[in-house]
Amino acid sequence: MSAREEIDLDAVPVRRLNRLLQGRDSARQAGSFDVLNPRGRHALAAGLVDPIDVVIHGHAGYYCAGMNQQARVTVAGNAGTGVAENMMSGEVRVHGDASQSAGAAGWGGLLAIGGDASARCGISMKGIEIVVGGSVGHMTGFMAQAGCLVVCGDAGAAFGDSIYEAELYVLGEVETLGADCVEKDMDDRHVARIGELLGRAGFAADASAFRRYGSARQLYHFRIDNAAAY
Amino acid sequence: MCGIVGLYLKNPELRTRLGSLFAPMLTEMTERGPDSAGLAVYRDQAPTGRVRVTVRAPGVDWHATGERASSELGTPVTVTPMATHAVLEAAVDGEVLRDWAQAGDPPLRVTSSGTTLEIYKEIGLPAAVLERFGVPQMSGTHMIGHTRMATESAVTTEGAHPFNTGDDLCLVHNGSLSNHHRLRDWLREHQGLKFQTENDSEVAAGYLTWRLMQGATIAEALEAGLRDLDGFYTFAVGTRDGFSVLRDPIACKPAVMAETDDWVAMASEFRALARLPSVDDAVVWEPRPGQVYSWGRA
Repeated sequence: MSAREEIDLDAVPVRRLNRLLQGRDSARQAGSFDVLNPRGRHALAAGLVDPIDVVIHGHAGYYCAGMNQQARVTVAGNAGTGVAENMMSGEVRVHGDASQSAGAAGWGGLLAIGGDASARCGISMKGIEIVVGGSVGHMTGFMAQAGCLVVCGDAGAAFGDSIYEAELYVLGEVETLGADCVEKDMDDRHVARIGELLGRAGFAADASAFRRYGSARQLYHFRIDNAAAY
Repeated sequence: MCGIVGLYLKNPELRTRLGSLFAPMLTEMTERGPDSAGLAVYRDQAPTGRVRVTVRAPGVDWHATGERASSELGTPVTVTPMATHAVLEAAVDGEVLRDWAQAGDPPLRVTSSGTTLEIYKEIGLPAAVLERFGVPQMSGTHMIGHTRMATESAVTTEGAHPFNTGDDLCLVHNGSLSNHHRLRDWLREHQGLKFQTENDSEVAAGYLTWRLMQGATIAEALEAGLRDLDGFYTFAVGTRDGFSVLRDPIACKPAVMAETDDWVAMASEFRALARLPSVDDAVVWEPRPGQVYSWGRA
């Protein structure tokens, strides 16, 4: 196994870090990297395309691991706004809390958040799988189109507002459901799906105790009966 | 956009380092607000019976101002210049000193009044503003600061934050209010409040002042603001004893808080807190929307 490479952000600018991790100066396809002293800087490990392993030792700022493809990025701390936004594939793990819009608009890959995620987690998600060990803030799953969100804690107000076909699962309380989001029956397939995602995220919870939420499919098309509301 | 920061020192041994801990926090928020910057500092209280007013008047002869103030008010007025600003202290009623400053020729613009608070603000990059007022050398218990990217009114020193909101109270705001015109008119016409600018944040400051005049605590005033202030905001409010933080119920504007045994800090982004002592051991969290958080000696 090759040695891990250390990058100290007190000595190296973010632009150079990302250039290195994106493999823009070499034909590298693999490798392991430790990022030191992140100090809340923005766009760390964004736009990665190779199946590399990156550990950020500390708190990350906005848009960490955005647009990720194939890479495994771990934040050993908290992540700011938009962690793993627009992720295509790969894995992003946050040991602490994530700020708002975690996993926004993501197409694929796994986002595992050990602590809480704040408002708008999974907003407009398009296929990403998100597992949150703690609770999520208001407007989580807003306009979620596809993919799966598993919340081991509670969900804030307007959960799943204007949802399309994403699957949402919550173990704890849901403060309020958003427009067109309803609770749905659970069967063995759903329990198996939750169990599989919890396993991949590395979180322990009773998969059969979750509740499932999804779209009532009443907002998909313009209805002439609602014309007066516009 | 705008950036806001606040730092309250719980450990008295750190108080000589207040300014040197605070200045890098504000500088880190330069990208969020490069057009002007300002800060409120709580250092020490004026001796009993004396009031303290900070004024701004670029180019004024501060020595002559002190002599004129003492003679016209009939009591010694001390003037401590700090670049374009000066701190006035006298054993008079606060309103008397404030009115005197504003009525002069040229008028001195009052940035703060009370017994402890001082407010300094100017247009320009935060690092330059901090240097100009010697902030890294300041000691005290707490500071609140703001870096501004103007959206609702012009880039002027008057539009820079913090805004004074009653004795020893100040407000910094990240966001924009949508009902400030109507609220300003109402506070002016029905409650007799005076406003110096067209700035939306000054209206929020005036609103809090009015609530406090009605007998509300700062927490009650902020909670009432949740109903009456329409728009996006993260507020940090400085008081003689500490500071409070409130985010609007939709939480459009960011905020992060951190606390250790030695200090409590808030900022628009974590990076502003990242160089505080022992930050790796701090409890770090995002304030919940619509919830008032307060710290201090009170």
